[in-house]
Amino acid sequence: MAKKHVEVGTTAVAMAMRQINPDVLAAYPVTPQTAIVQTFSQYVADGKVDTEFITVESEHSAMSACVGAAAAGARVMTATASAGLALMWEILSVASGLRMPITMVNVNRALSAPINIHCDHSDSMGARDSGWIQIYSENSQETYDNVIQAVRIAESEEVRLPVMVMLDGFIISHGIEEFETLEDEDVKNFIGENKPKYSLLDVKEPVTHGPLQLFDYYFETKRQQADAIYKSRAVIEEVGKEYEKLSGRSQPTIEKYFTDDAELLIVVLSSTAGTVKSVVKELRKDGIKVGLIKPRIFRPFPYFELAEVIKNVKAVAVLDRSCSFGAQGGPLYIEIRSALYELVQKPLIKNYIYGLGGRDISLKNIRSVYSDLEKIVKTGRVEKPVSYLGVRK
Amino acid sequence: MVSLKEITKKERRLSPGHRLCPGCGASIVANMILWATDDPVVIGIATGCLEVSTTIYPQTAWEIPYIHSAFENAASTISGVETAYRALKKKGKIKENIKFAAFGGDGGTYDIGLQALSGAMERGHNMVYVCYDNEAYMNTGIQRSSATPLGASTTTSPAGSVIPGKLQKRKDLTYIMAAHKIPYVAQGSISHWRDLVKKAGKAFEVNGPAFLNVLSPCPRGWRYDSKLTINIAKEAVTSNFWPLYEVENGEWKLTYKPKEKTPIENWLKKQGRFKHLFKPENTHIIDEIQNYIDNDWENLLKRCSK
Repeated sequence: MAKKHVEVGTTAVAMAMRQINPDVLAAYPVTPQTAIVQTFSQYVADGKVDTEFITVESEHSAMSACVGAAAAGARVMTATASAGLALMWEILSVASGLRMPITMVNVNRALSAPINIHCDHSDSMGARDSGWIQIYSENSQETYDNVIQAVRIAESEEVRLPVMVMLDGFIISHGIEEFETLEDEDVKNFIGENKPKYSLLDVKEPVTHGPLQLFDYYFETKRQQADAIYKSRAVIEEVGKEYEKLSGRSQPTIEKYFTDDAELLIVVLSSTAGTVKSVVKELRKDGIKVGLIKPRIFRPFPYFELAEVIKNVKAVAVLDRSCSFGAQGGPLYIEIRSALYELVQKPLIKNYIYGLGGRDISLKNIRSVYSDLEKIVKTGRVEKPVSYLGVRK
Repeated sequence: MVSLKEITKKERRLSPGHRLCPGCGASIVANMILWATDDPVVIGIATGCLEVSTTIYPQTAWEIPYIHSAFENAASTISGVETAYRALKKKGKIKENIKFAAFGGDGGTYDIGLQALSGAMERGHNMVYVCYDNEAYMNTGIQRSSATPLGASTTTSPAGSVIPGKLQKRKDLTYIMAAHKIPYVAQGSISHWRDLVKKAGKAFEVNGPAFLNVLSPCPRGWRYDSKLTINIAKEAVTSNFWPLYEVENGEWKLTYKPKEKTPIENWLKKQGRFKHLFKPENTHIIDEIQNYIDNDWENLLKRCSK
């Protein structure tokens, strides 16, 4: 039977990690991820897991140790945030390039400078081209569910790529919410046994991991990696369906909220989707046809699914919690605009950068976005394609 | 005690045909270290000469499991491998007794990888870290490192009309590692192979981390004829520039004492990287180097006599 809990988000992550019971965890504490490694350390100290916890001296070594342990055939996990993810940067592409099925939780936090400990997505968006699968969670429940599925996705024969699961720093990591956990045995059966390939510990069949590939082979290896993350779409969907059967909670690639007859649409990742849902309910009472799409998967990007829904609306606002400095809008906006290019009838589209460094996003802010969209539909023009929401002038 | 006869019977772990330069010390270091145990060994190598020259895809010179990840993380990578081994062994998924070693040049060890090395040693992983010290970033074209000796000309500390090569002394990494108070730390040289193999054997046998610093002459970077590698290594030892000693459970021991100390000038003269020191205006640097060596030697003798 599933159990209900009322805890902070970091506890939901730690509980999922306890049930996964990885062979190796290598992690370094960083705000707001710290409580995850602290809670997990207690599980280790109390013998509630078999995990060998490597208390590394930096995140660079955390990811390096994860790569080593995964190459040695262990089931491996780590968790980080912000500066920690930035310090791992070099080894993120080693992990994906060597096809190591590592599961990492990233608690989204702004990048320095100025130094700031609160939520935005600049850390994980900075790693969006590192070859990792990226899953974003709205709340503690989704985080718990995504972490468990991540292990299966990463280790699947067709994929064998690392997976990063995101939750919003402080908003979710330190917010107390209700969530449900599965039975330990169910999680164990769901993730199954890890079946390592080409293990370093197989001393009878020695393998060279990480050789030098120059212009004669590198390109083919990268092409295979690109194919693998493309193919992971099907695996993510399949794992989601199986998980839904087990948990009763659906795991869509993109969550559609009142999109069937929607004319005005917001697309946003993570916890802000919860705020948007409240406004949608409220405006729907007034008969305004508003809706929301929340992509759960950002890499591989769900182009087709998004285009399929967005093609029917009149105007769409994409909300980005990070800047792509010097680009034409935020990362989510750029991807969505690209997804719509093939459509004959394109909706009007506008981008808002919001919530940097943990700036609150209010119901009022979201209402203003929908009313902007109404004006855009009326005039048939987007005056300012990219603007900032909730920033002082 | 290892004998040459025994060594010739050992299975090959690093195949010939790799692409290291003739006279390179690195492959000699790797072979001598890997002779020292009959257990299976898994190795990790930092980006550098030994790495790029032995694993040019689709070929590999390694007959044993090998991983390369990046420049600064050989120690943390192998710490992950060793931890996975303990985790899987505990669960009965691995039966063999396996040893773990990481190799890095002085760039990957003294400089960019120092933090990862220090962390891995402090955590107590059962692994041997081997630095093949060729005293500069040779793989990228002879740039200075913190292991480059005073006065040496490199491509980033070139001898010029105003500056006579590297102005700083080398870092004493072996001392730094001894300060970690790990079970075994030693300094060795390929010229004294029996001493080196014995040290490597101890390093593999101790329960916990071990560190070996091995001088690895580089014909390209040091500017000498490639057939002289072993002689150059030998004179580094007899001049007390590279003393052979070990620190076993905190006990310092000199493992070789030259019968007669050879002057450093003779060693410097054999290498093009020190050529400029023999100009009249620079010979005071040779005296300075000799002074440093003599002081360091006295200091080491004191430690070893306690």
